[in-house]
Amino acid sequence: MSTAPGTMHTPKQVAERRAQSPHTSMFVRMLIRAAVLRRGRAASALLAMVVAAAVATAMMNLYVDVQAKLRTEFRNYGANVVLVAKEGQMLPADVLTRIESALGPKTLAVPFSYAVARTKNGQSVVVVGTEFSRARQLNHWWNVTRWPAAQNDALVGMRAAAAVTPERQPFELSFQGRTIEVVPAGLLQTGAGEDSRIYLDQSTFQAWTGVAPTTIEIAVNGTAEEVEQSMRRLASALPTVEIRPVRQIMEGEANVLNKTRATLYAAATLIVLTSALCVLATLIGWVFDRRRDFAIMKALGASERLVNGFFAAEAAAMGVIGAILGFVIGIGVAAWIGRVNFHAPVVPRFSVFPYVLAGSIAVALISAVLPIGLLRRVQPAIILRGE
Amino acid sequence: MFPRLVYESFRRQTRRKLLAGVAITLGVAVATAMIAVATDIGDKINRELRSYGANLVVTPQEDTLDVEIGGVNLKPPSDGAFLNEADLPKIRGTFWHHNIVGFSPMLPVPVKLGSGPGAKDATLIGTYFNKPLNYGKEDFTTGVKITHPWWKVEGKCGDGRLARPGRVEDSPTNCGWPDDNSQSILLGERLAAKLAKKPGDTLEVSGRTLTVSGVLSTGGAEDDQTVAPLALAQEILGKPGAVRRVYVSALTKPQDALAVRDPKTMTPEVYDRWYCSPYVQSIAYQLQEAIPHSHAEQIRQVAQNEGTVLARIKGLMLLVTLAALFASALAVSAAMATAIFERRREVGLMKALGAGNVAVAAIFFVEAMLLALIGGVAGFTAGSLLARQIGRSIFNSQISIEPVLFPIILAIAVFVTFAGSAAAIRRAVKFDPVFALRGEA
Repeated sequence: MSTAPGTMHTPKQVAERRAQSPHTSMFVRMLIRAAVLRRGRAASALLAMVVAAAVATAMMNLYVDVQAKLRTEFRNYGANVVLVAKEGQMLPADVLTRIESALGPKTLAVPFSYAVARTKNGQSVVVVGTEFSRARQLNHWWNVTRWPAAQNDALVGMRAAAAVTPERQPFELSFQGRTIEVVPAGLLQTGAGEDSRIYLDQSTFQAWTGVAPTTIEIAVNGTAEEVEQSMRRLASALPTVEIRPVRQIMEGEANVLNKTRATLYAAATLIVLTSALCVLATLIGWVFDRRRDFAIMKALGASERLVNGFFAAEAAAMGVIGAILGFVIGIGVAAWIGRVNFHAPVVPRFSVFPYVLAGSIAVALISAVLPIGLLRRVQPAIILRGE
Repeated sequence: MFPRLVYESFRRQTRRKLLAGVAITLGVAVATAMIAVATDIGDKINRELRSYGANLVVTPQEDTLDVEIGGVNLKPPSDGAFLNEADLPKIRGTFWHHNIVGFSPMLPVPVKLGSGPGAKDATLIGTYFNKPLNYGKEDFTTGVKITHPWWKVEGKCGDGRLARPGRVEDSPTNCGWPDDNSQSILLGERLAAKLAKKPGDTLEVSGRTLTVSGVLSTGGAEDDQTVAPLALAQEILGKPGAVRRVYVSALTKPQDALAVRDPKTMTPEVYDRWYCSPYVQSIAYQLQEAIPHSHAEQIRQVAQNEGTVLARIKGLMLLVTLAALFASALAVSAAMATAIFERRREVGLMKALGAGNVAVAAIFFVEAMLLALIGGVAGFTAGSLLARQIGRSIFNSQISIEPVLFPIILAIAVFVTFAGSAAAIRRAVKFDPVFALRGEA
């Protein structure tokens, strides 16, 4: 600290000035000078700290976020809950609005109604009424040549098309004496029962057959417990219907998700441990390297507490700076991985930061305290002599 | 002189060498374990995805339309075509038979449950539960226990045997499965509730008295149906050997541009490549070849989605593995740099005695290489064990470690150690010996 010549030079004034800020300024100055003078070593130690904190942040962020990301992938498997009218009863007319009020307006619920109709040459075929815009969102795996748009447009399953309208011409269907002429607008291929059916718009279907929806397929988002809760909410909102979980979908999802999560957990633990080790090695080297500073401080009469405090403060400062820089970089890495792999950025989880900060400071302190403990037993003179 | 220098350096500075060696060992172990897990994760997750059930279905080529609503079949029972049960083991003879996890034939038969005027119409499905079959010299078992893992059966353990906890095949939920040659059936849980039947009761099915061995819960249409051994269903229908459709569960490769091409338009080379890749399309094609008069198709709900899920998980593990490699490379180079930096005085002494930069660097590099080789071998062993442990605890199966990984890992270890040491060695060599010896560097 340079003072202008001519000011505060009397011993009394100096003593007064020092009394106002006892030791602290010297302490801070030592910290700063130590970092500035040995820039190279301090920078490499800090770099290790930053990288470790970044890797740890990215892994923790991924671990928390990947489950949500994978769940949205799993929703492509379609409905995981099915609502069915109890035997001999109808679904209430306002069932869709009631589902939406119970589960939120974004819930994907698709109504289906079924009837067996006959073609002109007497062949029986299952005709299904549904809302195409919803079905399209729910059943991503449906391979459709063209989604119907007009009133009498039908989506015809591959096998049904081969049997009913091989030339893709408009055809007639009759149900209890009422006939309707439908246009095969698109072909549907799924490899399952849908291939033998004909899909019509719900309003067209209901005007023709008078049959209201009997089944509603719902894609409920969230963890197993959240799905369970949603089912309970549905049950209380719609007491007259039967709510069935689609076990095939739910159990498959749980299975794959648990395994992925466990693997990721193992990987994250290994990576965080390795990077902590890297920091430990670098910082121990850094502190060990400064045993002469340590010896000089002790030779000049610094107390054990001061020396320990000095190295600990240095390590803690490094831990804090490393954690903050590393956290920012780690969030960036996680976001990049999310974009590359899931085509959606990983949301930054700030709840991870305290853990990263605490971990960084802890590792830094350990790596400062370990070598100090070793050095304390050595006489300063021996260190200064370079042995 | 040179070997002696290196030897003495290892002998006298065991502590420092040990530290660097431990860092390399740990770094290599983590890298090995992560690479092994990442290369195998596709296969492991693919198997887990089979818990979604069959991804292929084989039907007769000239079949009439299915008229089925909510699991109730309205089609006349003997209408349409059938597959021949005797052809099914041929599925094991296809090119990708190792990828076929299992298959289950299905034969729905309309039946009357109960007797007299109170009889109830229902569907009885004939299938394999866990049927032993053989193709050529190969013996195997297959059935719904493999292809439909979400089917749960509740029943009594018949011979009064106690279910031993911890063993899957003896757990109470597994006792109710009927034998494939028996006259026992499973009742869907909703049907069982309607009929007030429980495991062990008898039930009249189209004039035969059969034992209900268990209650089946699937969360699907089967909850309203009865399930019986295939032979029994064929007997009731009066068509021995008949099968309506076969569900096949196969491990497949995610679909790409080649997969969706029509095999008829391919050149012979492309066709061979297509045929020899386990795409769901090529496996369907081979199933059609194996079973006469059949039509095999992918079940898109299962087959289409598993590719995306698999690709996502594999991509994730790849990126995580890169992060692990990066972290361990950094740990190794940090340890090496520290170890070399501590030896400035040695360098000063050597140089004061007349050693050239090349000679000093050579000593350090040889030492680094030895460390890398020793640490690499130890790390590879530890990493293999770690990978096996991960495989066993998470996937209940071995993670196989390719022997080719060993030289690759060793090469990576040597390279990373060299790269990590290079900067530190360069700095150590550049020290002025006077300052280094005075301890002022």
